[in-house]
Amino acid sequence: MEWETVIGLEIHTQLATNSKIFSGASTAYGAEANTQACAVDLGLPGVLPVLNREVVNMAIKFGLAIDAELTPVSVFARKNYFYPDLPKGYQISQYELPIVGLGKLEIELENGETKIIGVTRAHLEEDAGKSVHEGFTNMTGIDLNRAGTPLLEIVSEPDLRSAKEAVAYMKKMHSLVRYLEISDGNMQEGSFRCDANVSVRPKGQKEFGTRAELKNINSFRFVERAINFEVERQIDVIEGGGKVVQETRLYDANKDETRSMRSKEEAMDYRYFPDPDLLPVVITEKQIDDIRKTLPELPGAKRDRFMNDFKLSREDASLITSSREMADYFEVVNAKCQDAKLAANWVTGTLTGALNKDGKDLSDSPVSADMLAGMLLRLKDNTISGKIAKEIFEAMWQGEGDADTIIDKKGLKQITDTGAIESVLDEIIAANPKQVEELKSGKDKLMGFFVGQVMKQTGGKANPGQVNQLLRKKLDL
Amino acid sequence: MSLDSDDVKRIAHLARLAIDEQDISTYATNLSNILGLVEQMSAVDTDQVSPMAHPLDEVQRLRTDAVTEQNQREHYQSIAPQVEEGHYLVPRVIE
Repeated sequence: MEWETVIGLEIHTQLATNSKIFSGASTAYGAEANTQACAVDLGLPGVLPVLNREVVNMAIKFGLAIDAELTPVSVFARKNYFYPDLPKGYQISQYELPIVGLGKLEIELENGETKIIGVTRAHLEEDAGKSVHEGFTNMTGIDLNRAGTPLLEIVSEPDLRSAKEAVAYMKKMHSLVRYLEISDGNMQEGSFRCDANVSVRPKGQKEFGTRAELKNINSFRFVERAINFEVERQIDVIEGGGKVVQETRLYDANKDETRSMRSKEEAMDYRYFPDPDLLPVVITEKQIDDIRKTLPELPGAKRDRFMNDFKLSREDASLITSSREMADYFEVVNAKCQDAKLAANWVTGTLTGALNKDGKDLSDSPVSADMLAGMLLRLKDNTISGKIAKEIFEAMWQGEGDADTIIDKKGLKQITDTGAIESVLDEIIAANPKQVEELKSGKDKLMGFFVGQVMKQTGGKANPGQVNQLLRKKLDL
Repeated sequence: MSLDSDDVKRIAHLARLAIDEQDISTYATNLSNILGLVEQMSAVDTDQVSPMAHPLDEVQRLRTDAVTEQNQREHYQSIAPQVEEGHYLVPRVIE
């Protein structure tokens, strides 16, 4: 039987505020345990939550970016459950009236087509603390620094049909929250994490199958692997005559499998009710209009502009605009060197490769956009060859200065003097009579051999096109 | 709607309340009476009334996003039953 996969994602993104959602404690990552957990975060008796304005503004900004209905009056609710890293015994969240209603996000599929994914809602809530199981004898340590950190939970419609689509959606959402500067999106630090609701159904069937909720997915790679594992598992269960049970499953990256978390089942009744400590949150048209004015150019619009104005391919434009930093970097390089294709090739190729290799972010790149553009100008005016450009890039990466400095210091200027190249060519012709004969008799592939020899002898400083020309002239080809 | 003793046990468990077996039937009756009252109220036509999330007809005030809290860990942990290396200790929990 042919099966269809149905996936909905819940993404938790940490909002980039200075202080917590309901208290004035710092949200900075990596502080010593419990040094950023105040009386409100600890849930001490008598404390009251006071909502952070910036959290509301960020949610509105996100809602505008996904073309969502914003809820004029939204309400905070208590989600009740007991766990040691949740001192109050409830998490303040939103239930019936989330601040962001139905919206949508466009994703790009592998075949280049686009698909609109519905976003059911996005609501504000506080994060819980952290349980530390290692390092304490028969006890669990609780660090409440993270308790009260603002989260925006973004819930998608069950519109995704494969693990690949789920990854594309998650990446697009990641890119969006970073563009909007509402989250740093740091996945290692848990600022952007996701749960996946996965089910399968026979192709053509209208009703959804029973779903399992996969928890604890904190990288793009794991989303794909966890979903693929789960889809196989569910198909095996059904084809083996069994039934999929609705349950929460934990993805274990080490074993690359999902396993049941039955212990959570009984606690599933959260008994939500409106939080009497918080009044309804009202957002005004004026507030929305003010925030609308601060919206940056969004990835899709930027991609289209890059395609129209700079004639970049869709692939290049998508890649470059996937992060705002890279798009900005590209624009600086392009403005200076006035060659979009060349700039795009270097940004997506050599630069990205070097960043990946050293595990660096673009913001920490030793080669600034100005430096890269400076070098590309020397490439365009034929001061250097493409091969030397790679060498100069490497030198700039190692901190040896800008392109002009390196060209001067290392004597890397391309040889434009025809005489010099000709004398090198003469030597090579004399030393390789057999290859000359073969070339003359039509074995054109040998051109590469001669050009290569000249490049070798000149240390890459000859212009391959020019060598080619001179050789043909010399041998009357 | 009326609750039986299993419902009462389940509700008590969700709220982590320890209750005496002998009191369960009284709780069941009392809670069922409350639900009865709610049912009675549901009979009122409220089509023209918008639900209130809060008894006060006020709007949530917002605060500026600024860090105003200092580190008072020692102070807070002085009333904790057990602490170690800055962590509050609780009986071991493992998923």
